[in-house]
Amino acid sequence: MLKKVIHAMYNDEETLMDAARVLKKNGVRVKEVYSPFPIHGIDPIIGVKRTRLAIASFMYATTGTILALFGMWYFMIHDWPMNIGGKPNFTLLQNLPAFVPITFEFSVLCAAHGMAITYFIRNKTLPGMPASNPDPRTTDNMFVMEVTTDQNHDHSAEDLETMLKDSGIVEISVKDYQ
Amino acid sequence: MQKEAAIREPLILGDKSYKDITDDVVGPIEGKAPKAWKLMITITSIIAFYGVGCITYLIATGIGVWGLNKTVGWAWDITNFVWWVGIGHAGTLISAVLLLFRQKWRMAINRSAEAMTIFAVIMAAVFPGIHMGRLWVSYWVLPLPNQFGSLWVNFNSPLLWDVFAISTYFSVSLVFWYIGLIPDFATIRDRMVKPLPKKIYAFLSFGWSGRAKNWTRFEEVSLVLAGIATPLVFSVHSIVSMDFATSVIPGWHTTIFPPYFVSGAVFSGFAMVLTLLLIMRKTMNLENYIHVRHVEYMNIVIIVTGSIVGVAYLTELFISWYSGVEYESYAFINRFSGPYSWAYWIMMTCNVITPQLFWFRKIRRNLLATFVLSIIVNIGMWFERYVIIVTSIHRDYDPSSWGEFHATFIDIGIFIGTIGIFGTLFLLFARFFPVLALNELKSILKSSGENYKKLHHKDH
Repeated sequence: MLKKVIHAMYNDEETLMDAARVLKKNGVRVKEVYSPFPIHGIDPIIGVKRTRLAIASFMYATTGTILALFGMWYFMIHDWPMNIGGKPNFTLLQNLPAFVPITFEFSVLCAAHGMAITYFIRNKTLPGMPASNPDPRTTDNMFVMEVTTDQNHDHSAEDLETMLKDSGIVEISVKDYQ
Repeated sequence: MQKEAAIREPLILGDKSYKDITDDVVGPIEGKAPKAWKLMITITSIIAFYGVGCITYLIATGIGVWGLNKTVGWAWDITNFVWWVGIGHAGTLISAVLLLFRQKWRMAINRSAEAMTIFAVIMAAVFPGIHMGRLWVSYWVLPLPNQFGSLWVNFNSPLLWDVFAISTYFSVSLVFWYIGLIPDFATIRDRMVKPLPKKIYAFLSFGWSGRAKNWTRFEEVSLVLAGIATPLVFSVHSIVSMDFATSVIPGWHTTIFPPYFVSGAVFSGFAMVLTLLLIMRKTMNLENYIHVRHVEYMNIVIIVTGSIVGVAYLTELFISWYSGVEYESYAFINRFSGPYSWAYWIMMTCNVITPQLFWFRKIRRNLLATFVLSIIVNIGMWFERYVIIVTSIHRDYDPSSWGEFHATFIDIGIFIGTIGIFGTLFLLFARFFPVLALNELKSILKSSGENYKKLHHKDH
């Protein structure tokens, strides 16, 4: 059977949300929603799980803390202890107060950059990547819902199309894909 | 959908739709450069070139071309550094702290405030860089294995903390700014007709497509970055203040420096944001997005932080007397009555007295008055740093080495030059970048737009 992908375009995010709710009630899976800004509340309707980026960021921060403390212990205590104005240089613990600022800064540095890189990779947004939004207007003022026959074997393409046509759309397009 | 009280002033004026927001912001990028922009960038570029010339002369000759002498070893260089870093604080404060507090008015100003932050921090970094005299060995501030032993950098020193703080602050602000810009670059990419700009914006937008999952991640990243950028902002200027506070110079050795410097930084940063935005909203026709209400909010921040700064000035004076340390007392008596008293009183007038005018609602909401006062604050904050730095060291413990600082034309040229470079960068930003956060503004249009508010009002 030929797979079909249907793009239904809306000019209001609330209409799209209502439509998505109705589709969900009828057992239709919405594959994707493209929008010019975040639509709050759409995630549970179309089954987008909460991102774990914050957890990743915490792990990067911890890595930064450990690296910073290890580095400063090595430079200042182990490798070449220096007597600077009589400041304690024998153990990490004694010298720790002076190491707090850089430990903090380095943790923030690692958390922010680690998270940003993870974000770019997970989103597949990297320099030179091609855009994949179905219509250029989805970054301006239009909202597109993508439904595929592949994910909805209980419904025929015609069924899905009629269902979407009744949901307050502006435009609809049906395409074949492999 | 979020609703907002009907009596709350709308943040987006006029009858705007999503499309209008895009048109208003992206339109100027697509069109030809206006004459006023060309004129302004010509002027700022000339000033920038003059500054670059002065810097080149300084590096080629040595920092003896500055007016520094044996007694006053730090003057305009570090004053300019602290001034620029302070200005750089407003951007992250607006985008991070106000995001955590869910202040929607920040959305009209955060993009340009962050741009200002980044450019200001670049300008700040120029000064310690050239103060090293040998710019080409500036990598010595990093803990790299070397052939001196290995002799490592001193992690006990606030000057090194500063290296880490400023570089972290700069790179994190840059990432924060860019992540917010990506969806807006995508908007420009999808509208642009000319092939070359389209390609450039396509590259800059990293292939953003606006999927639901992308937006979830986008919001999470913004929130977490705001959460870690908030303590970062406070730490950065605290560490800058420790460059002074951990020394044993009377006038610098003060425990109130960190909070005092941080509020001073926010104070001057908001003033600079106002200076720039009041010009930008007029020349780029953004009056519907950045209007009197936004200006009033910023003026409230200015009066709060300005008053904190005022209290800090008085606390310093009181403690210098109350401490009973004669050197400490003398440093402050000398500050307000010595050879630099003119600078002290300029500082007092500009930072403590004139901002109090913002207690009047009429003045707070008057754009011309705000513009004038914002420039006064910037002048005052420059003098604050000058007073703290120069007056504290120009008369040290040994009266035979007392001296004064006289700025040379290189001192002045480099400072003016950084303003030129900053102006040029900001003008380029205003011309080619989306100056308002499109995606964020669109998300508040229904709750805070004038037309939608009227609509809801009728419903009830």
